Amino acid sequence: MITAALEEREHYLNASYGLKSWLLTKDHKRIALLYLGTITLFFALGGLFATMIRIELLTPQPDLVSSETYNKLFTMHGVIMVFLFLVPSIPATLGNFFLPIMIGAKDLAFPKLNLLSWYLLVAGGLCTLGAMFAGGVDTGWTFYTPYSSTYSNTYVIATALGIFIAGFSSILTGLNFIVTVHRMRAPGMTWFRLPLFVWSNYATSLIMVLGTPVLAVTILLVGCERLFHIGIFDPALGGDPVLFQHMFWFYSHPAVYIMVLPGMGVVSELVATFSRKRVFGYGFVAFSSVAIAVLGFLVWGHHLFVSGQSVYAGMVFSFLSYFVAVPSAIKVFNWTATLYKGSISYDTPMLYAFGFIGLFTMGGLTGLFLAALGIDVHVTDTYFVVAHFHYIMVGGTLMAYLGGMHYWWPKMTGRMYPEGWAKLSALVVFLGFNLTFFPQFVLGYLGMPRRYHVYPPEFQVLHVMSTAGASVLAVGYLMPLVYFLWSLRYGKLAPANPWGATGLEWQTSSPPPTHNFEEPPVVTHEAYDFAALLEEAQVG
Amino acid sequence: MSEHIDSIKTYTLIFLALLALTFITSTVAYIDLGPLNIVVALVIAVTKMLLVALFFMHVRYSTKLTKIVVAGGLLWLAILLLLTMADFVSRGWLAGT
Ligand SMILES: [Cu+2]
Repeated sequence: MITAALEEREHYLNASYGLKSWLLTKDHKRIALLYLGTITLFFALGGLFATMIRIELLTPQPDLVSSETYNKLFTMHGVIMVFLFLVPSIPATLGNFFLPIMIGAKDLAFPKLNLLSWYLLVAGGLCTLGAMFAGGVDTGWTFYTPYSSTYSNTYVIATALGIFIAGFSSILTGLNFIVTVHRMRAPGMTWFRLPLFVWSNYATSLIMVLGTPVLAVTILLVGCERLFHIGIFDPALGGDPVLFQHMFWFYSHPAVYIMVLPGMGVVSELVATFSRKRVFGYGFVAFSSVAIAVLGFLVWGHHLFVSGQSVYAGMVFSFLSYFVAVPSAIKVFNWTATLYKGSISYDTPMLYAFGFIGLFTMGGLTGLFLAALGIDVHVTDTYFVVAHFHYIMVGGTLMAYLGGMHYWWPKMTGRMYPEGWAKLSALVVFLGFNLTFFPQFVLGYLGMPRRYHVYPPEFQVLHVMSTAGASVLAVGYLMPLVYFLWSLRYGKLAPANPWGATGLEWQTSSPPPTHNFEEPPVVTHEAYDFAALLEEAQVG
Repeated sequence: MSEHIDSIKTYTLIFLALLALTFITSTVAYIDLGPLNIVVALVIAVTKMLLVALFFMHVRYSTKLTKIVVAGGLLWLAILLLLTMADFVSRGWLAGT
């Protein structure tokens, strides 16, 4: 994959060869690529399950799969996409690769721990896939008790064990990022000169470290109840089923921010670079990441409004849920304000960033509907909820992930992708996404429940639209896969700074040397200082 | 950030204190103190936790940042317990209406 032209200069890709040099690497950049390959496979698998769900939903009758199989399909789709793709997606690939470079460090603080965290994700993934091949699991990705702990006769323990192991991967990544940002910043790289991508990954890491252990404990307790009949969640054994939901969502609501905060960091970088402007209200955007990380822990009860939670607690959680909208809105308004009077260029990463801002806003605002006690009763467990969280996780996180991949691909591989095809992919993804998920808002509002594959015939038109959109979306996701792989051999060689961006990652060569910089960088100005970049270019 | 190492005497004393507290816990379990049962058990547990964290885990001699991390962990545990109990305690409030 590396041609003679690149061979002249040593960089992290040609520094050593062979399987061992990858599987035992301590280079954060190589580990990022290991993660990239792994989560791409998981994404494909999760996508395959989504495809089968959408095909089944083409008609009101069950025709492709039985009810039991359908339950397993949406469970495996959710489990794989959430725990094995979205949670590691941006932090473990783009974060792993660029967080150290952006702060001017040679590597993460704990390179071996970084490698271990990849192995843990693989081990957790294999465990979950093993459960899938053995017969699957049908509880939904939320594993609600007492069904999961007492009644389901599918492979609950094996799947949950996989998630348990993968969780430690995420804890170690978070720990690594936190220590790296505290201890490894280059001379002159003060906290308020950090790129916003670093701030958002720092905030994400806080959630990973504070939240994931609670998920691990919850899984262990489900295991104790299922295997040893210790009464924790099952009322028949003296337990409290709502306790499970409290503990599960204590992690899983903040986990939404584990998924979307890194995406917000990517978008901050993209908006600054392609507007040629410092992000408006840098301090507010930086602190809103930390505010989201903290406030995100106070709202989990909005998943329990109709679960037997007390009305008083419901009111408290509803009230707190509105608060978390404030820092998210601060970000959206500040990105928009950054565009104002900016010198905007419409390169592919920026198209994805625009997609993110629009779709995340819709996902966020429909989240406010769901946080309202009254409306939530009407739309609980309907396709309205499904549409809402896909706008956040797919319209938000996945758009940002693809935007970031296009932005940093030249740096990671030293190759440019074909810009025309890439722009087309951004458009196809945006259109396909909306066609898939907008009808689901309508479906849900009209009363279509989630997790059913048989439905009244009057819902069929909207379901057909959604399935049609999903096939467009699939094409949109396959395109980058093809042209990224194509570019590895045939793409134009990438210059060090193809976008005229300001971050430290653009001051080293593409692809970077093993130790990231030829000489340790010294930072003399704040982030997104395009004037200083211009001056240096003129002097140089 | 100088490495502080406690004397063997201190470690032994802490170890004996932990053993004593464990002994008290199991003894008190046989005496019915009414509503104080849980209070006593938790006070002993927290004392033991503090002894382990402060001495065995060296938090007492660590940097401010380490102390903040420990306090943060406890605060987050408090959030989990407090808001969950806000539900549990208030479930009967509307029962009379
Ligand atoms: Cu939530």
